[in-house]
Formats: sequence, structure tokens, C-alpha cells
Amino acid sequence: MTPAHMEAALLLAGVLFMLGLISVLIRRNIIFMLISVEIMLNAAGLAFIVAGTKWVQPDGQVMFIFILTMAAAEVSVGLALILQIYHQLKTLDSDAANLMKG
Amino acid sequence: MILVWLIVILMAGGLLAWLSKKVNPELPRWVALAAVLLDLVLIVYLWVSTEASTGSAWLLRYEFPWIPQWGVSFSLALDGLSLLMLVLTFFLGLLAVLISWKEIKNKVGFFHFNLLWVLAGITGVFLTMDLFLFYFFWEVMLIPMYFLIGVWGHENRTYAAYKFFLFTQASGLLMLLAILGLYFIHGSETGTYTFNYFELLNTPLAPAAARLLMFGFLAAFLVKLPVVPFHSWLPDAHSQAPTAGSLILAGLLLKTGAYGLLRFVLPLFPTATVEFAPWAMLLGVIGIIYGAIVAYSQTDLKRLVAYTSVSHMGFVILGVFAFNEWALQGVVMQMIAHGLSTGALFILAGFLYERIHTRDITQMGGFWAKAPRMGVIALVFVMASLGLPGLGNFIAEFLTLVGSWQAANWLTVFATIGLVLATAYSLRIMQKVFYEPGPRQEPLPDLNFREMLIAVPMVLSLLWLGLYPQPILDMARPSITEQLQAYTSPESTIVEPKTALVQQLDPTTTTDQLAINQRAFSNLQIFTSPN
Amino acid sequence: MENLLWLIPALPFLGALLLILFGTRLSRMLVAILGVGSVAASALITILLGIEFLANRPEFYHQEVWQWFSVAGFTPSIAFHIDALSMVFVFVITFVGALIHLYATAYMAEDQNFSRFFACMNLFVGSMLMLVMADNLLLLYLGWEGVGLCSYLLIGFWYKEPANGYAARKAFIITRVGDTAMAIGLFMLFQAFGTLHIQTILSEAPEAWSVGSQMSVIVVLLLLGGAVGKSGQLPLQTWLPDAMAGPTPVSALIHAATMVTAGVYLIARMYVIFELAPLAQTIVAIVGAVTLLLAGFSALTQYDLKRVLAYSTISQIGYMFLALGVGAWSAGIFHFMIHGFFKALLFLCAGAIIMALHHEQDMRKMGGLRHKMPIVYWTFLIGAASLAALPIITAGFYSKDQILWYALAGENGNTWFYLAGLTGAFITSIYTFRMVFMTFFGESKTHMEHPPGKVITIPLIILAILSLVGGFIELPHNFAHFTLFSDYLAPVLPGISANEGLAANEWMFQLLAAIASLGGVFVAYLFYIKSPQLLASIERSGLAMALHRFWHSGWGFDALYDALIVRPYVFFSRLNKRDFIDSFYTGLARLAEGFHVMFSETQNGVLRNYVAGIVVGAIMILTISLFL
Repeated sequence: MTPAHMEAALLLAGVLFMLGLISVLIRRNIIFMLISVEIMLNAAGLAFIVAGTKWVQPDGQVMFIFILTMAAAEVSVGLALILQIYHQLKTLDSDAANLMKG
Repeated sequence: MILVWLIVILMAGGLLAWLSKKVNPELPRWVALAAVLLDLVLIVYLWVSTEASTGSAWLLRYEFPWIPQWGVSFSLALDGLSLLMLVLTFFLGLLAVLISWKEIKNKVGFFHFNLLWVLAGITGVFLTMDLFLFYFFWEVMLIPMYFLIGVWGHENRTYAAYKFFLFTQASGLLMLLAILGLYFIHGSETGTYTFNYFELLNTPLAPAAARLLMFGFLAAFLVKLPVVPFHSWLPDAHSQAPTAGSLILAGLLLKTGAYGLLRFVLPLFPTATVEFAPWAMLLGVIGIIYGAIVAYSQTDLKRLVAYTSVSHMGFVILGVFAFNEWALQGVVMQMIAHGLSTGALFILAGFLYERIHTRDITQMGGFWAKAPRMGVIALVFVMASLGLPGLGNFIAEFLTLVGSWQAANWLTVFATIGLVLATAYSLRIMQKVFYEPGPRQEPLPDLNFREMLIAVPMVLSLLWLGLYPQPILDMARPSITEQLQAYTSPESTIVEPKTALVQQLDPTTTTDQLAINQRAFSNLQIFTSPN
Repeated sequence: MENLLWLIPALPFLGALLLILFGTRLSRMLVAILGVGSVAASALITILLGIEFLANRPEFYHQEVWQWFSVAGFTPSIAFHIDALSMVFVFVITFVGALIHLYATAYMAEDQNFSRFFACMNLFVGSMLMLVMADNLLLLYLGWEGVGLCSYLLIGFWYKEPANGYAARKAFIITRVGDTAMAIGLFMLFQAFGTLHIQTILSEAPEAWSVGSQMSVIVVLLLLGGAVGKSGQLPLQTWLPDAMAGPTPVSALIHAATMVTAGVYLIARMYVIFELAPLAQTIVAIVGAVTLLLAGFSALTQYDLKRVLAYSTISQIGYMFLALGVGAWSAGIFHFMIHGFFKALLFLCAGAIIMALHHEQDMRKMGGLRHKMPIVYWTFLIGAASLAALPIITAGFYSKDQILWYALAGENGNTWFYLAGLTGAFITSIYTFRMVFMTFFGESKTHMEHPPGKVITIPLIILAILSLVGGFIELPHNFAHFTLFSDYLAPVLPGISANEGLAANEWMFQLLAAIASLGGVFVAYLFYIKSPQLLASIERSGLAMALHRFWHSGWGFDALYDALIVRPYVFFSRLNKRDFIDSFYTGLARLAEGFHVMFSETQNGVLRNYVAGIVVGAIMILTISLFL
């Protein structure tokens, strides 16, 4: 991989990450927030792959697989929680779920 | 083994009292009474059966390895000092059960559980010779006391209980740090890691380390004692606790601080304490005067008595840091006499509270005519508190002052002025409660049989302490000379005070070790006990 | 007999104990028998002991009852030591005390706290006996403080009146100020001698201390502090006039037999160390001289019969201090004894008058009692004559003349002391006869109930006889040279020699003293009988009125102490009622609470804020790690 390609790929990862982050910050719907987190995870994964390619090491891909499994687990727990929140509060607005504020 | 029993009886008695609530709501009182009485009988038996001053300070030892890999053992030992403190503990414990007979009406079982466990903790503190265990018992006496104040206290009890807990817990943690520090220093110096008091006694310490460790121990003991400016938990805790709680707080818990100073701080850190002594004595004098001044203007009777405790405990620290036998004997006497006299004043406040449901002395007055027996007994307690000769506190204060005079003249002068201030606040109690006509007209029943049973033994013990204190002094002497050993140069033989004065002029008799001491105090040779 | 020593203080204590325990259940008769009997029995033992003492002339009697305690060489005992000096005191205390007790059975007959009264009185006598019989200073201190306690209990006996309670507390606290000084003196003595045993200290002091050494001066001044507190001398005299709040027998007991003479005893007892500190001893004399004048002037202006007597006590004790200060030890003790007789007599007479006039104490409302109560009149007159030291016939003349003589001609005497004493004698005579004339002469102003009974008059007569003949046991050198009393004291207290040059003219100074005394009577007669309008015209002038007010208030000492000590103390105590140190800890708690409020704001439950927080934090950490 040439340096130019690499820069472009890292830029892409960065943009994806920022997009994910911004939408986590501005969305109030919990489902959307979850999706945004997934985008951020994938952006991180992309960065790992690029780095792995650059150093010609398998670690980047290992990390990506690791992230994939983790994201799957996270989504399953997250969706279950979202379901519970919806049952309890009849809404998916994350700001409404502030019953444990200090 | 009898030493273990002393603690086990109380702890088991506490559990039994709690459980027996189910059988009969009055049963816990009897269980508690029986447990404390049994302990009292045991300890009095021990007292009577031991010959005083038989040479060795230690009368009984019990040791059982507990966590051997850390060097923790279940080690108990009894000497004259602990014996006296235990007699006081069980005597006051008995009175505490009796005083609560009518006063405590809810959660009787749990109350007596806590009461007995506090006593067990105190007993443990007075007995253990293992620092790990010491800290354990130190905490054991703290938590039930927290409940005693927090559950059965007066209107502001939660605040007082928190305050009590935070002060003692925070200072106790500092002591834990110091204990651990001592443990590791001793371990790395000698190779044996142990919490055993006797082995730790001769730990070689660098001056800076000794100073730090000493402050750790001092933190716990000075807060408990208490010494101005760490005293402010005490008025709240004392005034909010139920009568039995106040009695145990004033009579016993404060004494654990004094006991800790005598047992741990003095022998463990001989050089560091000598450096610190002038400041400690200064703190004592400030406590004497400050406590007396604040006591004078209190209108809450229990709060007033609490501040008098602050004042009286000033004598303890003044005496402890004078490092001579007169002062230390005075301190031991003060611990006992103050436990009785101040405890008695709290009991009196309890009697009054039961009758008129207030502690405000502006609401009292003219009780002499209504309850003459109570008046006479109160008079004795008040006189004890102002240090009238013939009662125990006088011997205590006089000996302390005689001893501290040898160490620091000017501080003693100010401490003596505290006696005048003591007169002012003590007489104010008599005046406001018993003499001056008060706002209330309703009749006040005089002391009944149970109450006389509580008050009369206290009066008699105070008189006994004042007129023939020799048994107490003899009992305490071996322990005191042992605590003072570190302060006596090996060369100096038994010196009569008079010759000591003459020797003082001759610097060649001073050993190097004493050179520091000599600068701090003018005539240290008197520390030797001529007996 | 020596083995019975302990009974002398023990009997009154036993009486007190029985009365405290069972007093309320006993009949008045039994209470009276117990109360009077215990002191009378002590008096009896004392007299028997005294006869034996005089017959055998041992140096002292000693008895150890038990060892009080023993700590590292400090071994005070409950032990009694009676020598010639303490014998005089024990005699006066028990004998006069017994008479006062007897009198009190009648005086207090109507009081509902009859048994409490006698319990306290017995305790009082017992403590005082402990004080004078103690063989060590710690036991002396026990009696010393015990006397303070009893004075507190008895002055505030009628406790329902807050003013009485105030006077009682004042007496206790002010004397305790002196006691504190004395306690410090004891610490120093112990440090110096390793014991508080009196005889040991007295025998070792001359070797240990050189004359005028700093140590001895300090110790002596501290002991003097104790003495002036108990004896009502300057500057701690203010409690004594207020102590009149107690029942009259109590005043008699305090002033004649117990309490105020404790200071005199202490100084006489410790005379060796006082002689080692000439500077301090001179201060004793100065205190005495100044006090006797100040109190005399105050006595001139009082209207309350008992307050006149109170100030006269302060003044007479001033004479004793003057005597002790110039080294005329036996003269001081002699005056103490005679004063004990006539002052008890005067107080008891005053009590009889007050009782007959329904507790009226104001002399302006008395008068004309001469014919209504002749026995009281005559005995009071004898007491007054003795107090005023009328020459030849009264005991007071001989004792006071001796003091005046040595104040001038003694080794440490000088003209100023003599002049103070002479002026004092003149004033004494004026206020004494002012009292007599206002009370017994003129027209009657208050209705009298009934004349006093036998129980009251018998003690009066006995004391009156003693006030007359008591003086004949010690006559001046040029008069008959009869020195029974000073010979008797000689083994304990050193004699004093008079200045040779002046000795030839001793009669002249006696004449002066007699003139001063008689002159005082004449002045009183002039102002209060012959031409009262003369007095009235003087009193109207502005200066006299201001002076009168000033003297009446006891030279403003009360106001001074009030402003300097009492009020600031109470003010600061009240100010700090809530204990400012606590505010530091409550401040800590407030601070913790403040942080709690602040940080709990961040826990607002809005998920996006948390995310934002994480992001900001991550960026900050990244930035920091980039730049470092």
C-alpha cells in the first residue's frame, strides 16, 4: 500500500469515526445512537486494518475480528436494554432515561 | 484463659440478650445484667486474689496464634493498669444496664446487644497485646456505640452519631497506618513480621519515622481523649446519647485514649514523645482552660458536663507527658475518678431527664427542696468534679499537678488556674438546678430505690478513692514503672527527689540519652521511682 | 490522751455524717443533741487534752491514723500534730464553736432545714479542726478546701434567695483563687523538700534556703495568696462582707472560730519560711496594715449591723497579719484568740437582736434596745469595748496594744505600721460605738417580739466573761510583766525583742493607744448621741457623700473585679457558647456538601452529556500525551 492510499484510508476512518461520534452526540433516539456506535467501531476497525497492512502484520486483522465479535455482543446486550427501556418508558428518547441522575 | 472468658461472656451475652427478646421483652435486661455482673465478679476475684506489686508487672498472659503467617496472634495480657480499667469498665457497665432499666423501651434486645458489645470492645482494648487485635477491638467498640447514639439518642442523634463515627474512624485509620508502618519497619529491621506488642517495643526507629508513627497513634488517642482542638465530636455525642451511652462514653471510651497513650505511645516512641511533650502538655493546658470556659456558658446540662470532661481530660495529657511516677499515678487516678464522677453527673442528667424531659438547665431550679436526696448526691458529684479534697478527683489532680510541676512550671500554673474555673462551672450546676427557684412548679419525685442503688456506690467509691487510694496506686505502680522504663537512664539509681534537685546542678551525672530530655525539662532524674 | 487526738476532728465529722444520713428522720431535739453534742464532746476532749498538755508540757502530740497514700516518696498521712500553736486554735474552734452551736439551736429553731444546718455546721468545725491539726500540708489543704465548701453551703443556706447563692459562690470561688496560689506553693515546697510534712519542712528549710532567696520569697508569696483568700485580706477580701447572707450563727462561726483565721494559722504555722523571706514578710505586714485601714473606713459607713461586724473582722485580721508580718508571732495569735471571743460574742448578740426584730438588720431601724434586752445590751457592750480596745478592763486592749507596740518597736516594725495601727484603733473605736449607740440608744423604731431565751443568753455571758478576763494572761512588760501566753507559745513560735531605745517610753505609746480608743468612743458619742445634726451637716457635703458611697461599697473592689474579671469572663464564655472550634469541622462538612452539590450536577442522566464528557476527556488526554 502506498502512502497516499494509506492516508486516504486513514482519513476515511477518521471521517467515519467523527460522523459516528457526532451522531451519538446529537441523536436522541437510542437505536440511532447504537447504530452510530457501530459506525465508530467500524471506523476503528478500518484503522486497524490499514495499520496492519502498513506494517505487514496480522495483528490488525486480528483486532478487527475481535472488534466484530465485541460489536455483536454489544448489540445484543444493547438491543435487549433498549427493549427494556421501551417497555418501561414507552419511548426511545435517551434523555427520558435519566431516572438515576444524581 | 480467664481473660478470654471476660470478652466471650460479654459477646455471647450480647447475642443472647438480642435473641432472648423473642422470649420475653424484659429478659434482655436480665441477661445483660447477669453477663456484666459475672464479669465484674471475675475481675474482682482476680483483683483480690493477686498480690499487688509482686515484682513483674504482668499478672496473666494468654496467647493463641491467629493468623501466624502475618504474625497476628490472639494475645491478651493483664497488668495492674488493665485490671483497674477493667474493674471500672464492668462497674460502669453494670450501672449502664441498671440506668437503662426504665429509660430504654424500644428495641430492648438490640440495645443490650450493642451495650455489651461496646463493653466487650473496651475490654478487648484494655487487654490485647497485639496491635492488629487492638485495632480490631478499637473498631468493635466504635460501631455498637454508633448505634447506641444513633438509635436511642435524643433529638439530634443522627448528626451526633455520624460526627462521632467520622472523628473516631478517621483518627483510627491513621492509627492503623501507623501500626502497619511499625509492623513493616520492625519486619524489615529484624526479619520477623509480627504485631506482638512486646516484640515491637524494642523496634529501632529512625527519629523521623518514630515521629510520624507516633503522630499516627496520637491521632487516634488524642481524638478519643479528647484534646482541644479535636474535641468537638464529644459534646454532641455525649449530649445526644442515651444516659447509658453517655456514661460509657465519658466513663470508658475516653479512658481508652488515655490508656492508649500510656500503653503504646510512651513505651513505643520514647524519644519522639520527649520531643513532643511540651506541645502535648500545652494542648492539655489549653484543653483544661478552654473546656472550663465553654462549659461555663452551656445551658444543656449534658453538654455542660461534656465540656467539663474536655477540661478534666486535659489533666490526663498534661500528666502523661510529664513522664514521672507522680503524674502517671495521677493520670490513672484521674481516669478512674473522672470515669466515676463524670459518669455520675451524666446519670444525674439522666434522672432529671426522665422526670422533666428536658436537659435545659434554664428549665430547672429549686430541686433541692423537692428532691433533697438527689440534691445531696448531686452535691457530692459536683464537688468531685471541682476537685474537692477527700474525693477521688482531688488525689488525681493533685498528683498530676505535682508531677507536671517537675516538668513544666508555667504550664502547671495555668492548669492549676483551671481548678478555679472548674469551681465556677461546677457551682453553676448546683445553683441553676438545685438552688435557684425554677420556672416549673410540678412536683419532682426523689430518687427511688433503684436509682439510689446506682448513685450510692458511686458516692462511696469516690470517697474511698479520695480517702484511701493506696490499693489503686499499688495496683498501678508496676505497670507505670514499666511504661516509664524507657525514660529512665540505666545508670541513674533510685533518687530521692531532694537529692535529685541537688544533682540537677551537676551536669556530669546526665547520660547522653537524657541530654535531650534535659533540655526539654529541667530535672528529669526524678523520673526514677524511689520506692 | 494522745490516742484520742483523732476523735477531736472525727466527732464533728461523725455528727455531720449521721445528720446527713438520718437527719430528716430525727426529731429536732435529737438533731440538736447530735449537732451540739459532737462539737461539745470535741471541746471537752480538747480541754482535757489541754490540761494534760499544760501539765506535762510535751513538745507536741502526734497521732497517725492511716497513711493517706504513697507515691514515689510522696507519703502524706492522715495524721494529727498538736503543739502549743494548734492547741490554741483547736481550743478556740471547739469551745467557741460549741457555744455557737448551742446558740444556734435556739436561733434556727423555726427553720425547716434544721438538720441540714447542723450537718453543715459540724462539717465546718470538723474541716477547720482538720486544717489546724494536720501534720502535713496536704491534709491541711483538705481542711482548707473543706472549710471553703462548708462556707459555700452555709452562706447559701437560705438558697431560695438567688442573692444568697451568689454570695455563697463568690465566697467559694474567691477563696479558691487563693487556694490555687497556695496549691502552687505546695508544689514548689514538695519539689524543694520531697515532702509536705510540716515539721520536716520547718526544720530543713533554714539549711536549704538562704535568707531572702528567690525561691523562699516566691513560695511565701504563694502561701500568702492562700492566706489572704481565706482570711479576707486585700486583695481577696470582697467575699467576706457578702458572706453575711448566711444565718447569723454561721457568720459567727466563720468570723470567730473557723475559716477566716485559717490564713493566720497558716502563716504562724509556716513562720520559719516566712522568716527566710523578709521581703515577703514585710508584704504580709503591709497587707495587714492596708487592709485594717480600708476595712475600718468601710465599716464606718455600713448600716447593716452584720456588715459592720464583717468589715471589723477584716480589719481585726489585718491587725493579726500586721503582727505576723513584723514577727510578733505570739501577739498575732493572742489577738486571734481574744478576737475569737469577742467577735463570736458580738455576732451572737447581733443575732439575738436580729431575731428579736423580725430579721431586721438595718441599724437605722433599730435603737432604744438598751432597756428591752438588758443582757444582750451589756454583753454587746463588753464585746464592743473589747473590740474597741478600751484600756485596762478589756482583753482587746492587751492584745491590740501588744501588736501596736511591736509594730513600732519590733525588729521589723516602723513608724508607718504603728501609725496605721493607731489610726485603725481610732476608727475601730468610732465604728464600734457608732454601732452601740445606733442600736441600743435613742428611741425604739421597730417593735420587739420577745426577749431572747436562756439558750441564747448563756453563750453570750460566757463569751462576755472571756472577752474581759481573757486578756489578763498576757500583760505588757511595764504593767506587770505577766507573759503566760507568749511563754506558752515560746517552744513553737520565737519571741520578739523590742527596740531598746523605745522600750523606756512604752507607757507613752500605751497612753496614745488608750487615747485613740477613748477618743473614738467620744467621737461616736458626739456624732450619734450628743449632736446628730453635726453629723447630718457633714454628710450633706458633696465630698463626704462621694466618700461615703465609695467606702460603703468597700472601696469599689467589687466593681473593679466585676469589670476586670467576672464580666469579661462571662462575656467571652457566652460568646463562645457554640464553641468556635466546632465551626471548623462543620465548615469541613459544609465544604463536602458543597462538592456534593457541585458534582451531582454532572450526574444528570443525559446519555449524550456523558458521551460528550468522554470525548472531551479523551481529547484532553490525547492532547496532553501528544505535547508531552
